[in-house]
Amino acid sequence: MAHAKPDHNHYYVPHHAHWPIVGSIGVTALVVGAANMMNGSDFGVYLMYAGIAIVVVMLFGWFGEVIHESVQGFYNRQVDTSFRMGMIWFIFSEVMFFAAFFGALFYARALVVPWLGGEGSGAMTNAVLWQGFEAVWPTNGPANLGGEFQTVPAFDVPLVNTLILLTSGLTVTMAHWALKKAQRKALVLWLAATVALGFYFMYLQIGEYAHAYNELGLTLGSGIYGSTFFMLTGFHGMHVTLGAIMLTVIMFRSMKGHFSDENHFGFEAVAWYWHFVDVVWLGLFLFVYVL
Amino acid sequence: MKKQNIVVVILAVLAGLLLAVWGMFAVGDNMPRGVTEFSREAYDLHMIILWICVVIGVLVFGAMFVSIILHRKSRGAEAAQFTHSTKAEVAWTVIPIIILVAMAIPATRVLILMETTAGYEMDIKITGYQWKWHYEYMGEGVSFISSLDSASNAARIKNSGIDPASVDNYLLEVDNRLVIPADTKIRFLLTAGDVIHSWWVPELGWKRDAIPGLVNEAWTEVSEPGVYRGQCAELCGKDHGFMPIVVEVLPKAEFNQWLVEQKGPQDDLDTSGYAEAGDSAAADTALTSTVN
Amino acid sequence: MSNTAAVQEHHDDAHHGPAKGLMRWVFTTNHKDIGTLYLLFALLMFLVGGFMAMIIRAELFQPGLQLVDPEFFNQMTTMHALVMIFGAVMPAFVGLANWMVPMMIGAPDMALPRMNNWSFWILPFAFVMLLSTLFMPSGGPAGGWTLYPPLSLQTGNSFAFVIFAIHMMGISSIMGAINIIATILNMRAPGMTLLRMPLFVWTWLITAFLLIAVMPVLAGAVTMLLTDRFFDTSFFNAAGGGDPVMFQHIFWFFGHPEVYIMILPAFGVISEIIPTFARKPLFGYSAMVYATASIAFLSFIVWAHHMFTVGMPLGGELFFMYATMVIAVPTGVKVFNWVSTMWRGSMTFETPMLFALAFVILFTIGGFSGLMLAIVPADFQYHDTYFVVAHFHYVLVTGAIFGIIAGVYYWLPKWTGHMYSERLGKIHFWWSTISVNVLFFPQHYLGLAGMPRRIPDYAVQFADYNMISSIGGFAFGLAQLLLVYIVWQTARGGQKATAQVWEGAKGLEWTVPSPAPYHTFEDPPVIDDSKLAHGDVAH
Repeated sequence: MAHAKPDHNHYYVPHHAHWPIVGSIGVTALVVGAANMMNGSDFGVYLMYAGIAIVVVMLFGWFGEVIHESVQGFYNRQVDTSFRMGMIWFIFSEVMFFAAFFGALFYARALVVPWLGGEGSGAMTNAVLWQGFEAVWPTNGPANLGGEFQTVPAFDVPLVNTLILLTSGLTVTMAHWALKKAQRKALVLWLAATVALGFYFMYLQIGEYAHAYNELGLTLGSGIYGSTFFMLTGFHGMHVTLGAIMLTVIMFRSMKGHFSDENHFGFEAVAWYWHFVDVVWLGLFLFVYVL
Repeated sequence: MKKQNIVVVILAVLAGLLLAVWGMFAVGDNMPRGVTEFSREAYDLHMIILWICVVIGVLVFGAMFVSIILHRKSRGAEAAQFTHSTKAEVAWTVIPIIILVAMAIPATRVLILMETTAGYEMDIKITGYQWKWHYEYMGEGVSFISSLDSASNAARIKNSGIDPASVDNYLLEVDNRLVIPADTKIRFLLTAGDVIHSWWVPELGWKRDAIPGLVNEAWTEVSEPGVYRGQCAELCGKDHGFMPIVVEVLPKAEFNQWLVEQKGPQDDLDTSGYAEAGDSAAADTALTSTVN
Repeated sequence: MSNTAAVQEHHDDAHHGPAKGLMRWVFTTNHKDIGTLYLLFALLMFLVGGFMAMIIRAELFQPGLQLVDPEFFNQMTTMHALVMIFGAVMPAFVGLANWMVPMMIGAPDMALPRMNNWSFWILPFAFVMLLSTLFMPSGGPAGGWTLYPPLSLQTGNSFAFVIFAIHMMGISSIMGAINIIATILNMRAPGMTLLRMPLFVWTWLITAFLLIAVMPVLAGAVTMLLTDRFFDTSFFNAAGGGDPVMFQHIFWFFGHPEVYIMILPAFGVISEIIPTFARKPLFGYSAMVYATASIAFLSFIVWAHHMFTVGMPLGGELFFMYATMVIAVPTGVKVFNWVSTMWRGSMTFETPMLFALAFVILFTIGGFSGLMLAIVPADFQYHDTYFVVAHFHYVLVTGAIFGIIAGVYYWLPKWTGHMYSERLGKIHFWWSTISVNVLFFPQHYLGLAGMPRRIPDYAVQFADYNMISSIGGFAFGLAQLLLVYIVWQTARGGQKATAQVWEGAKGLEWTVPSPAPYHTFEDPPVIDDSKLAHGDVAH
């Protein structure tokens, strides 16, 4: 298609955006479906899947449009900076989302459980309601919710997973170097390694979940420990999955030669995201598994 | 207008403002002084901070009205072009800090008073349920449920046709009052069986949440016998507005007599229905030693 | 493919105006269109939430239950808050930001125009979902907008819908905030340094930061509610080692910055209006900026003052009391600066100025009761009473909403190209200001006299003040229909507005014609210090 010559003196403002409304419809279908599913309706599941499908189509369409404009050269430096800021602040919002769950972990572990065990201002709580409960961590609470359980030992698969993610952080950096030196083959190879490590992490993590549910007796219902353990690692796992999918897309885009040594915001955004996922894992490894 | 007239007008406006504020609190309802040491302290703090706010308000709004009256274009006022004044800015940063520190000191003292339950002579466990209160005199084997009295309960039905004004203490009367002795430091242990409630009798000077799974402590010591009324203060579902609290303070001797009567014929008919009944029994034993 | 079509269309005509028909609004990427959408949506939600308030005040008109059942009453109080906070106040400020921020900093549009469209177009879906819960067999949420467990976990089938609606509002807010931050940091015209920005832009920069920092925390909190309800977790269940109070801590970590999210942009609007009508530079510009930043910082360490009665340890109560009292200092600085801006000015009293003056007085009254609430021993009496209801309505209605209304009157000529009727505007002002005080001032007394909040029926000693309050409420509600009429009338026609509109107006937005062209500042303007709103760039 013929296009007018990109004008780098002007900030590019698209005149129409068709995808957002599709996204809204998709997200709404997704959550209405999920809510119906939670309320026990059968059709909810289908609606939810339909919603997910619409959102996926929207994402491909939307990013496709942006990539197209980018490749055509409509974006000047200032647009690039806007994208960068957008990504940085998005990652900051993700950090705060995890902060809520880390906050819950710290608050429960440092304050609630000791109070239930009778420490400090919890003396009467323990004496009147939960006599005999001793504050220990991990715990499933004074009512022993979910029954006896064992925890996942830190220096086993989680340690392996830590090494995997750290390595993947390294490989994605190698990919970035390769990109800066305009070595496309090396770029794709390093990215492929990163993607492989990401999916291998998830493979091990899913195996750990199965192990926890089937053999350790550790479930979402295992009191506050099970709640914080699975919600933190689960949301992290969702982010790893998302990051790995994004890396895969970037890998294919690299193969098509979308990025130049100068201009590769898409690559960098995903790399930042991957590092963020990595850092969250280090927090998890320390506070959920080791301590 | 001449300059003198303007000053008179401004002074009149300010005086009017002060009068209006004073009048509002003279005529309008205010926080009760209450019947406990703590409630009086809370009332005093309330009045101090209120008057501090009124004085600052009169000064700031006064300056604003002076400006509005004098510095208007229709009077031919020319706009000055100053943009800052370090002196003024330092002053209105430092002076509020001094006022706040002066306010924080008594507030801290009163708060420490409230949070010191040591030295209590009697324990009463209060459990909130949707939508009633359960009272247990720890170690005495006396406990009962207290809920909205039948007259209010009939009148509060939608379009009941009963005029609330015709009901004595509409929504502020219960079937079984919490009876406590005067001049006795009583510790309350508050918890809940379902959702969060909040136990509040204004005349005692505080409210404290009753939270399922946790026990909160609070205390009171009432010198004047009488009947004091309050309500649940934390939204707890559809009948949140219909679970009042009535405390009847009796002289010590009368209270002891009342307690004996309660122990006598009455079966302990209510604790069985609640999940933590067993725990309370165990706790009773644990706590008996601390009750005089 | 539609995307290439869109691209091509753009390059066919780089300066074309708005598209025709309904689809203009659905597909638009123009900051002015999206600003208009936000503002109209907010107005609609203001009327919906206001209607709920009318039901509440009608039921409370006299003792006894006459109109609604307690369960429905609780749904009304819950929904009124959710609709007003997330549907009216926040979108209205985002709408003002969309319209004004690019024009104030000399930018051609928002930094991320497509995402801007999505930020808005999630909202109608979220609110249809939220409001639809009222028609579900189990009814809507009735546990208060704060969603405290375990009560909120008793909500019926509507629960998951409410949680997901809040998630969607959060996504919208976060995207909107990211866009505003990126716009302010990246799109300023050359020469528009940070300390030359209008105060409205500054307050929004800080607000956007707060939004990005705390909306995800709310998302986390409500997600935990969802899993506690449906997936067996026990975050808020002591039997499992959790704690219902933990929800309150997480919620208010979001909730207190949220309070400032709703008031800081109003500070910005007022800081634009007062210098204009006093014909005098803003007093203490940089002090205003630092005060705003201090308030934002403090907002992260005062959250537990919303929960002094939960039985925190003494040390916690003292810390949160002191931290809360400290907020009075930067807030005081702001009020003193506004008064000093008026001092020795040359004031006129058009409707925006009247609302701004009412804001300064009435918001400050709300600030005073806030300071009273900070004193923990007194708070043990005030907490969860009508005193608190009066307090936050003074800061939110005569604070945030008056700020929005002042901004609407101030910029309406710029948006529509017409002057609103000054006579009707003044009627609207006096009617609103008198009735809003009749509505909320007696609620201070009700609270002090012992009336708890969120009750559908009350003891007869509270009858008089409730009746007065309800009368004020109906009058205030009615007054806002006049606002709708004035806006409609101005949009349709009226006296032509000049570019500068107000004699004392300074700032880039007044250098473009009225109505503002569809595209402004496609080429960055030259910044002239003497035309900046504060004229204090040296300091």
